[in-house]
Amino acid sequence: MKDLVDVSGDVRVNDFVIKIGNVNGTGSASANGLLMKAIFRMGVPVVGKNLFPSNIQGLPTWYEIRLTKDGYMARSGTAEFIVAMNAETYKQDLAAVSPGGFLLYDSTWPRPDLHARADITAIGVPLARLVNAAFDNARTRVLMKNMAYVGAVAGLTGLDVEVIRGLVKEMFGTKEHLIDANMKAIGLGLDYVREHHPEPLPLHIEAMDKTAGHIMIDGNTAAALGCVYAGATFGAWYPITPSTSLMDGFKSFCEKFRVDPQTGEHNYCIIQAEDELASVGMAIGAGWNGARAFTPTSGPGISLMSEFIGFAYYGEVPLVLFDVQRAGPSTGLPTRTQQCDITLAAYASHGDTKHILLFPANPKECFEMAIQSFDIAERFQTPVFFMTDLDIGMNDWMIPELEWDESYTPDRGKVLTADEIEKLEKFYRYEDRDGDAIPYRTLPGSHPKGAYFTRGSGHNWKGGYTEDSAEYKEVLDRLTTKWKNAANAVPAPVITRCGRNARRAIISVGGCDGAVLEALDRFAENGVELDYLRVRGFPFNAEVDAFIAQYEEVFVVEQNRDGQLRSLLVNETAADKTKLIPILDYAGMAANPKFIIEGISAHLEALGDVA
Amino acid sequence: MTSMSKPFIDKHLPKNKLGLSVRNYEGVMSTLCAGCGHDSVTASLVQAFWELDLAPESAAKISGIGCSSKTTAYFMGQSHGINTVHGRMPSVATGANAANGDLNYIGISGDGDSLSIGFGQFAHAIRRNLNMLYIIENNGVYGLTKGQFSASADYGSKSKKGVANEQTPIDPCVQALTLGAGFVARAFSGDKSQLIPLIKAGLKHKGFALIDVISPCVTFNDHAGSTKSYAHTYKYYHPLVHTDFVAHADEVTGSYDKDGAMRVTMQDGGELFLRKTADDYDPRDRAQAIETLLMNKTEGEIRTGLLYLNSDLPDMQAANKLPKIPLNQVLYERLTPGKAALAKLQARYR
Ligand SMILES: Cc1ncc(C[n+]2csc(CCOP(=O)(O)OP(=O)(O)O)c2C)c(N)n1
Ligand code: SF4
Repeated sequence: MKDLVDVSGDVRVNDFVIKIGNVNGTGSASANGLLMKAIFRMGVPVVGKNLFPSNIQGLPTWYEIRLTKDGYMARSGTAEFIVAMNAETYKQDLAAVSPGGFLLYDSTWPRPDLHARADITAIGVPLARLVNAAFDNARTRVLMKNMAYVGAVAGLTGLDVEVIRGLVKEMFGTKEHLIDANMKAIGLGLDYVREHHPEPLPLHIEAMDKTAGHIMIDGNTAAALGCVYAGATFGAWYPITPSTSLMDGFKSFCEKFRVDPQTGEHNYCIIQAEDELASVGMAIGAGWNGARAFTPTSGPGISLMSEFIGFAYYGEVPLVLFDVQRAGPSTGLPTRTQQCDITLAAYASHGDTKHILLFPANPKECFEMAIQSFDIAERFQTPVFFMTDLDIGMNDWMIPELEWDESYTPDRGKVLTADEIEKLEKFYRYEDRDGDAIPYRTLPGSHPKGAYFTRGSGHNWKGGYTEDSAEYKEVLDRLTTKWKNAANAVPAPVITRCGRNARRAIISVGGCDGAVLEALDRFAENGVELDYLRVRGFPFNAEVDAFIAQYEEVFVVEQNRDGQLRSLLVNETAADKTKLIPILDYAGMAANPKFIIEGISAHLEALGDVA
Repeated sequence: MTSMSKPFIDKHLPKNKLGLSVRNYEGVMSTLCAGCGHDSVTASLVQAFWELDLAPESAAKISGIGCSSKTTAYFMGQSHGINTVHGRMPSVATGANAANGDLNYIGISGDGDSLSIGFGQFAHAIRRNLNMLYIIENNGVYGLTKGQFSASADYGSKSKKGVANEQTPIDPCVQALTLGAGFVARAFSGDKSQLIPLIKAGLKHKGFALIDVISPCVTFNDHAGSTKSYAHTYKYYHPLVHTDFVAHADEVTGSYDKDGAMRVTMQDGGELFLRKTADDYDPRDRAQAIETLLMNKTEGEIRTGLLYLNSDLPDMQAANKLPKIPLNQVLYERLTPGKAALAKLQARYR
C-alpha cells in the first residue's frame, strides 16, 4: 500500500503541513491564525488543528496547518515543515519532521542536537536577536517573535506578503502603530530568509481558486450561530472545555443581533449556572415554559445532568444539549478530542431512556443541525443531543459559506394556543390524539383549562399520578414509539458508493468523516473497493439497516476505545454483529486517515484479501 | 385539607374579584398523612392566592422531591406545575422565570430538599435574586424516606426512635440573610393568621422571597424531644412582627396607621403593614435579623414573622435586562438576524 504522504525530492505545491511548536500563553495563536488565513486567502484549501495543553501558560502547544490542494479535511498526520519555537519540545519536534522536510528554528541560540538528523534541512533564523534589536518592551518582543516567524515562513514558501499585509490591516483596523509594528516584525523574518536562503524551498504555496465561496470557522461558533438562527432565547451553562466557546459565541452574536438599541433590552438570556446539575435544570425550566433552550457541555457535564435528562425525557420537556466531546474519563484529557460519549448520551439517565442524537461532521453541519436540533426537540418534546467534539468544535474548518433560507419558521411542535384550549372539552397532557405518539402541550399561563402537572413520577395519559402498571407501561410504550418515529426526522445518513459492487463498506460518524473520505481515495488507488455510510442521527434511519445488509463486512470507524457507535448499531439495528468490525482511534488527536488505512489493511491482510 | 375528595360545589362560597371561590384554588386531593403540617401550608396558599385575586393560571408551581414537594399538586389545579428532581427546583424555576417573568412563581421545597442535596441551588437562586416565593416546609426530618434527620434538625433533638442528632443545624433564614435575600420570613404552619399575609407579601415581593415554615411531620417528628413538633413550636414561637398585606387596589383602612406600625409600599403598589411585637425589632436591618436568629439558637426560641425586607434589589429579570415581552413570546422575526446579516457576518471568516 502506498504511503499516505510521499516526501520525495519533488517540489510540493499546496500539499504539505506546516506545524508550529510553541509555548502556551505566548500569543502565538494570532500569528498562526494569520498564517493560515493568508493561505486560505490565496485560494488554497487549508485545515488548521490546534493541539493545546490543558493549561493556561507555559506548556507546549502546537498548531498544524495542512495545505490541501485536493481539499481533504483531516489531518495528514505528517509534518513537512516544522517551526520549532519551544526549546522544551525541540527534540520531539526534530523527530517529527517528515523525511526530506524542513525545520525552522531560532538560531539566536546554538542547537547542537540538530545534527541528529541528516535527512532534513534545518533553517536557522535568529528570531529573538532580530526582534530584540527592533523592539524594547519585553511582552512586545515575545509577541513579535511570532510575527517574525510568519515572515520567515512566507519568505521560504512563497506565501504572498501582500495578502498578509491586508490581513494585518483588518486585524488592527485603525490602530496604525500596531499595523506598523506587526508588519515590521514580519519584515524581519522575511528579509532575513530572503538574504540567507534565497533559493525557494520545494514546499511551495501558489495561488489557487479553491476557497472562493468558502469560510473558515470552528464548529462551536457555527453551532452558536445556529442557536441564534433557530430562535433559541435561553442558554444555561457551566464552563467546560471544549464547549465554552459555544456559549461565548452565542453571547457575542446575541450582543450583536439581539439587544434592542432603544431600550437596551436583551431578547435572550444566558445564565452561567453553579454547576451542570443547575444548567440543565434551567434549560428544562425554560423549555417547559416555551422558550427554545439549550445547554452546552461535555461528557463530565452529561454525567451530572443525567438525572434531569431522564426527567425531561419522561416529562416530555424539549431542550437541546450540545455535547462537545473530549477524551475522558472524568477530567481525562480535556483538551484532546474523542467521540466517547455516544452511548452515554444515547441512553443517558436511569430507567428506560433513549434519546435523539444528531451527529454533525463539520461546522457547516453544526450550523444546520443546531437548528434541526431545536426543531426536533420541540416537535418530539424531548431532550435532543447534538454530538460534536473538540476537533469539530474548536478547530477552524474550511466550509462552503453558510446559507439561509428566509422562509424558515421554527417548528414549535404541538403547542396549543389559548383559543385552541378554550375550544377543547378537556385537555389531557399525554393523550395521543393524533396517533403519532406525540401529545399536545400547553404553556404555563396560557389558559386555566390547559393547566397540567409535569412530574417525573408515574403518570398516565391524562397526566395524573399513577402507580398502575398498565397505565405506566402505556406511557413508556408511547415514548418508545415516539423515539422510533424520530428516525425519520433526524438527518438521513450520507452514503458514498465507490461506483462498483463493493463487498465491504465503512460506517462512521462525525469528525471522522474527512479521514474516511481520504482513506477511501487511498484505498481506491490501491484497488480496494469500499462504500461508505456516515450516520447523522440516532435513532438510526432505516437506510442504515438496509446499508449494512448489503455488505459482507462493515468497518465501523470511530474515535473511542470501546466501539460505542458499533454498540449502538448492534443494539439498535437488526445487523449481524459479526459483520461489524471496529476500527478505532482513541489517542485524543483529530482523526487522520492512518488508523483507518492501517486498521482495514490489517484486517484484509489477515484474510489474505489485500489488493 | 381533607383527604376525601369533595364534589365541586361553591355556590354559597364568597367570590373574589375574578368571580372565583377558594374551591377554584384547590388542587387534587392530598395524599399526605392526616394532620401533616404541609397540608396547612397548602390551605394557606389557597387562601392567599384567592385573597389576592390572582388568576390561578398566572401562577407556576415548582417543587423538588419530598412530601413537601408533593404539595404543589394539592393547590391550584388550574395552574401549571412541575415537580422536578430532588433538590433542584431552583434551577428549573430559574429557567422558567427567564422564559416568562410575568407569572407568579411559587417554589415549594422541604428542609431535606433545600438544605442538603439542594443547598447549592437554594443559595444560587438567592444570589440571582430570582423573582419567586420560595417556601421551605421545614419539619427537621426526611418525611418521604421515613424519618432520617435532615440538615435543619436541631443539635440534640431526638428522632422518633430516641436517637439524638449530633450535628449542628443549618438555618435557612440565616443562610438566606447572609446570601443577600431581600425577603426572609419564618412562620409556623399551625398559625394561618401569620402565614397567609406573609405568603401574600412574599408573592408580591419583586425578587427572592423566602418563607421557612415550621411544618411538623406528624408521622416521624412530632414527639417529645423534637424541636420541630407541634407542641414544641406552639410553646416556643414568638412573632417578632405582625404582618398584614393590602393589595394595591384595596382601600387602605386607617386602623393600621396607628403608632408602632410600619408601612411599606411594594413594587406593584400593594402595601405591607408591619406591627412590631418585639419593641426593638426593625425588619429592615439585616445584621439585626441575623443576630436575632443566632440568639434563637441559644435561647431555644423560634422567632417568626417577616425577619428582613429590602425591596430595592434588582431581580434576575432586571439584572439580565430581559424584555417586557416574555422571551417565550418574542416573535421569531425579532430573534433571527436574517439572510443578509448572515451573508455580511461571514466576511469575518474569510
Ligand atoms: C437523587 C435522589 N436522592 C434521594 C432521593 C430520596 N428522597 C426522596 S424525598 C427525600 C427527602 C425529603 O425530605 P424533605 O425535603 O425534608 O421533605 P419532607 O418529605 O420531609 O417533606 C429523599 C432523600 C431522591 N428522590 N432522589
Ligand atoms: S411523613 Fe411526615 S412530612 Fe410526610 S406526609 Fe406524613 S406527616 Fe407529612
